[in-house]
Amino acid sequence: MLIKMIKNAVMSLAVLTVLTGIIYPLAVTGISQAVFPERANGSIIMKDGKPVGSALVGQQFDGPGYFWGRPSATTPYPYNGALSSGSNLGPDNPALVREVQARVNALHAADPGNKKPIPVDLVTSSGSGLDPDISPAAALYQAGRVARARGLAEAQVRALIRANTTGRFLGIFGEPAVNVLKLNLALEGLKNKN
Amino acid sequence: MSGNDVLQIVIYFTVLVLLAKPLGIFMARVYEGQPVFLGRVLGPFERLFYRLCGIQPEEEMGWKQYALAVLLFSLSGMFAVYALQRFQGALFLNPQKFPAVTPGLSFNTAVSFATNTNWQNYGGESTLSYLTQMAGLAVQNFVSAAAGMAVLVALIRGFKRHAANTIGNFWVDMTRGVLYILLPLSVLYSFLLVSQGVVQSFDKYKTVALTQAVTYETPKLDALGNPVKDAKGNPVMMESEVRQQQIPLGPAASQVAIKQLGTNGGGFFNTNSAHPLEDPTPFSNFLECLAILLIPAALCLTFGEMVGDRRQGWALLITMMLVLAPLTVLGTWSEQGGNPHFASMGIDQAAGALQPGGNMEGKEVRNGIVSSTVWATWTTAASNGSVNSMHDSYTPLGGMIPLVLIQLGEVIFGGVGSGLYGMLIFAILTVFIAGLMVGRTPEYLGKKIEIFEMKMAAFMVLIVNALIKIGTALGVSTKAGLAGISNPGPHGFSEVLYAFSSFADNNGSAFAGLNGNSLFYNTIGGMIMFIGRFWVIIPVLAIAGSLAKKKHVPAGLGTLPTHTPLFVVFLIGVIVVVGALTFMPSLALGPIAEMFTH
Repeated sequence: MLIKMIKNAVMSLAVLTVLTGIIYPLAVTGISQAVFPERANGSIIMKDGKPVGSALVGQQFDGPGYFWGRPSATTPYPYNGALSSGSNLGPDNPALVREVQARVNALHAADPGNKKPIPVDLVTSSGSGLDPDISPAAALYQAGRVARARGLAEAQVRALIRANTTGRFLGIFGEPAVNVLKLNLALEGLKNKN
Repeated sequence: MSGNDVLQIVIYFTVLVLLAKPLGIFMARVYEGQPVFLGRVLGPFERLFYRLCGIQPEEEMGWKQYALAVLLFSLSGMFAVYALQRFQGALFLNPQKFPAVTPGLSFNTAVSFATNTNWQNYGGESTLSYLTQMAGLAVQNFVSAAAGMAVLVALIRGFKRHAANTIGNFWVDMTRGVLYILLPLSVLYSFLLVSQGVVQSFDKYKTVALTQAVTYETPKLDALGNPVKDAKGNPVMMESEVRQQQIPLGPAASQVAIKQLGTNGGGFFNTNSAHPLEDPTPFSNFLECLAILLIPAALCLTFGEMVGDRRQGWALLITMMLVLAPLTVLGTWSEQGGNPHFASMGIDQAAGALQPGGNMEGKEVRNGIVSSTVWATWTTAASNGSVNSMHDSYTPLGGMIPLVLIQLGEVIFGGVGSGLYGMLIFAILTVFIAGLMVGRTPEYLGKKIEIFEMKMAAFMVLIVNALIKIGTALGVSTKAGLAGISNPGPHGFSEVLYAFSSFADNNGSAFAGLNGNSLFYNTIGGMIMFIGRFWVIIPVLAIAGSLAKKKHVPAGLGTLPTHTPLFVVFLIGVIVVVGALTFMPSLALGPIAEMFTH
């Protein structure tokens, strides 16, 4: 009986592997590639015929003329797409307090005249290290600095922020978010037009 | 909390109940072998499957044979996942050319997936080939879930049958679970997820040009690859620049679908559903979060349907809801409070229309606080263990709630199948304790609960608790265990306690700062996950076998009705008292100590 049961076990696993491990993902891939080719392949943003990023994966920005995204804890450099990671620092860890203070200082140094309180998402690292978004508050906080660095009117920059903000799902779920890469690409687009 | 926050939580629970009812009744039909609407399409496949595997579907099994089948099947799966990882370097569908996974990590991941734990010591996008992910991990996502559901169904038959020697056929229960329940739901979910941007592709990772180059410092290496040191012995740093980014791809959506539905939780990517390519939008997050509890909730109603008294199923579902709902609210409140250390630093942590505020370390902006904390409590109430935020960075109270939900024994929803069979064991304990109070022989669903059932129930509760305590003690008293800790103070202890709770109760989430990819955590963790799964399944099936043999006794004046509010309150009391008595001391050393020093 034991031999028969071992045979049953091994055969069941083999057949189910073919069904759920090969046929199922292949079928889903085939249909997804046909129906949602752009989304199934990483939502890549093209510029002048070249891939410049994914709409869903953040990039590191720290120049004054760009909107900065969430701090990223990936190694060995921020926003390493091949190795997502959070900081996993506990709330009382002195290293967390030090890092947050350094980010506050960097934001103040880049925009000494801005005395407004800093939205918390701009100084805390995201869970994935690849968060593509910041809150609308975090974008508005930076609008003045970006406008000055680029010689634009602040109203124009604020309008760009609005254009790149997505709301809650059904107005209820999740949070309003500003896609940092799209916003910065839109900024560069403005410059080209001038 | 704002009105919208409360509304989100209310809708989550409402939609869950609305979907659980039809699914629960559907699943009862599947397991009772009745015709179901997919039967016409899938029936021929089912029969072909039995023919190919040499299974006689009408053959019934006693409990020992059923248990042996579960074990043999799970062990085969473990070997397969181990082998796939060890040989992935030589196999196909490996566009990133990942080499073989180390033996320790392969063992841990194999046990982790075959036991429905899905603890993640691997980093998906940096370790595993597409083949390992889809033909190894995703397959176990399906079959370990189906095996858990099969064991539950066997236990339900124990209550239902009388004077019977058998409790069903494992191969049939497992196969029907995959074919009629898990696979159709996963196909539907896959497409919904791809429509939101979850990747589903066999191409190699896409390289994109960064808009702004990233400069960073790395230790300078000499010709032999050793770090160069200066006169003081500090490593010499040099500046490096990156101009490109890799966008990881793979068959992710098909795997994320079943990972959420089957209470598996092992991520396609390292950061699980915090990764924007695994959970890109608030809508995908809503779907994935709902999937965590969908089947566990529906199974309560399947149980009521199968024992012929729907009220029994509702009573258990309400019990679970009454424990989970307040903890969900409490966790959200705690995380919205933010981090007191930031108060004096000129940081705005107040939630508003333009920002989530609160404790955002380790959380994603699109999820904010509420969608993160609902997920954190649900994924630990169920033994899912997927995460969309990093629990290690939660506030002391916010982090303690997931830990407590795991330690309650994964019976508040719990794993698919495993959660409800755990809950039924607590129901047996409860009628026993109630029986002691009034001096009557306890009964549950018309079956007398006697010494054998009580021994097995006590054995189950004790073994899991002992595993957590012994494991944690080893972790904090050995060099190898301490080496994994990443946060100082009581939080470091919490990391170890959380890990062993997660292993023993087969949850799979982590305070992920703990470096678990070491010989110590890989091997000890693997063993504990194995014992935590099968030393519970075997006594449960023993109880099923023993109950099936008994005759039904009609309810009398002394019978405690088990569908009433009184019973629900009593059952919650037993769960909380057993959990609290067992874990209060260890919680006091971890999150509670942290709360008072925060």
